[in-house]
Amino acid sequence: MIDVNALIGPYPYRFIPHPDPEVLERVLEREGLSGAWVGHLPSAFYRDPSAGNAQLYTGLQAYSAKLRPVPTIRPDWPNWEGALKVAHDAGAPAVRAYPAQWQLGVGDAGMSELAVACGEARLALMLTTRFEDVRQRHPLDVAGDLQAAAVRALARAGDRVRLIVTTAGREFIEEVHWGLTPEEQRRVVWDFSWVWGPPEDHLAKLFRAMGSDRFVYGTQWPLRLTQNPRANLDLLPDDLANANLADPERLFG
Amino acid sequence: MTPVSESTPPLIDAHAHFLHAKCGRSDWKDVNAARFRAGARMGITCHVASILGTHGFSSPTYFPSPRDATLGNDAMLALCESEGDRVRMLVTVNPNYTTHALEEIERCVSRKGGAVGVKLLASRRADDPLLDPICELAAKQRLPILHHIWQHRRREWPSQEISDGADLARLARRHPGVTFILAHIGGGGDYLHTFAAIRDMKNIVADTSGSGVDRGMLDEAVGALGSRRLLWGCDLTMETGLAKLRALENTGLSSDEDVQDIRWRNAARVFGLRLPEAESRSREPAVR
Repeated sequence: MIDVNALIGPYPYRFIPHPDPEVLERVLEREGLSGAWVGHLPSAFYRDPSAGNAQLYTGLQAYSAKLRPVPTIRPDWPNWEGALKVAHDAGAPAVRAYPAQWQLGVGDAGMSELAVACGEARLALMLTTRFEDVRQRHPLDVAGDLQAAAVRALARAGDRVRLIVTTAGREFIEEVHWGLTPEEQRRVVWDFSWVWGPPEDHLAKLFRAMGSDRFVYGTQWPLRLTQNPRANLDLLPDDLANANLADPERLFG
Repeated sequence: MTPVSESTPPLIDAHAHFLHAKCGRSDWKDVNAARFRAGARMGITCHVASILGTHGFSSPTYFPSPRDATLGNDAMLALCESEGDRVRMLVTVNPNYTTHALEEIERCVSRKGGAVGVKLLASRRADDPLLDPICELAAKQRLPILHHIWQHRRREWPSQEISDGADLARLARRHPGVTFILAHIGGGGDYLHTFAAIRDMKNIVADTSGSGVDRGMLDEAVGALGSRRLLWGCDLTMETGLAKLRALENTGLSSDEDVQDIRWRNAARVFGLRLPEAESRSREPAVR
């Protein structure tokens, strides 16, 4: 199993302990995970993520057997197409974009172009719903959550688009999923790291209604406990004990 | 996951909730059953639980009317009777109705297998004088008070008259004979502020429940409060409870003995629960 939603690097709004690739590798071993797709956390907050991507590529080099880079690409920044080619050539399975942090609104043309270009390059586009619970955010953290409408717009941008949406809750996921055609639904997979388990059993309800193969395994390490998604799977009702998740390596068939 | 066996140490969920027929949800039995299902899988020995009136159906969740508070408490008493040692209750009261609150505490404590503590929501700020008679009765009855908390309130939030660690610390200072449980350090807000606010108030313990699973939160909690002042719990998300339990047990954050304190010994001591392995520890005085 692969953790698609791991990050390295510090977070600007609070201290997080040792967000380093060597620690991540040990955590994966402890949790029985075979590898991780890894982003660079500070890049979400840089105006120009290029330097962060360089740090990411360099930082993961020694761990390339398990850790694959997921660089950040900002579609309103000059030469983003060049950054996408670098990502592709570096073996990235996906790229990250943060429209809420960059104030790129729903239906932003640049985001649609990026989604389509990623699809053409057989790279998934990874979107983050939130980094922290809204109730604890730093006063300077005013970006707000990703909007469900933004995900729907990108899922409709082209038939080769593949989206991985992380850290969404049940209502967000349902709003997007049931607002798309079956063909568009197949372009979106969800990391369930922020979906509630029992007693409300949101994850079970989503698995039953949408199919467990719309979901991938993600932890949002180092911001959140790696143990959480595994615990959620372990507490599923018996009828879902053998539910199969999507294989993130096969999003493009 | 590792199967629960007779050799598995006790596990007490210090912060649980149930629903009842008048909560306006047709699936209320399913939700209760799901808590028991997940609890059995995790090895929960005892759910220390409350029902928050009608959970918003006929009065607001955090401002339950006296009638709704009684409805919820009656449902909890019935659950305790039917479930035996698997469920113990906290009596929920609204301090704006002083007479009702005091009578309700007396009523629920006097019942066989009745309340082992008091649940306060966000109906009145924690340091408000209206809470004093409730605390005085809790001291007399040797009942701990679980207080719903927002970790660092920087403004008012709708639907609650919310309190934070600093507010609760002012109340705890006025009532040194009462053990206060600061609710859900993972329940939203800045837990780092909370730890600083209650570190020196030894009659406040904290429960680990809540949907938040921030890395570093448990480390900071253990560092600031120590393992004897932490109670394991789930609240509305049992998967986060299991994740925190595994983080405590498998990451070297706490010693085996510390983990047992957090798993059940502290809760057994604070609530006066008599679990077989708790016998020797339950005679120790509550954290004061």
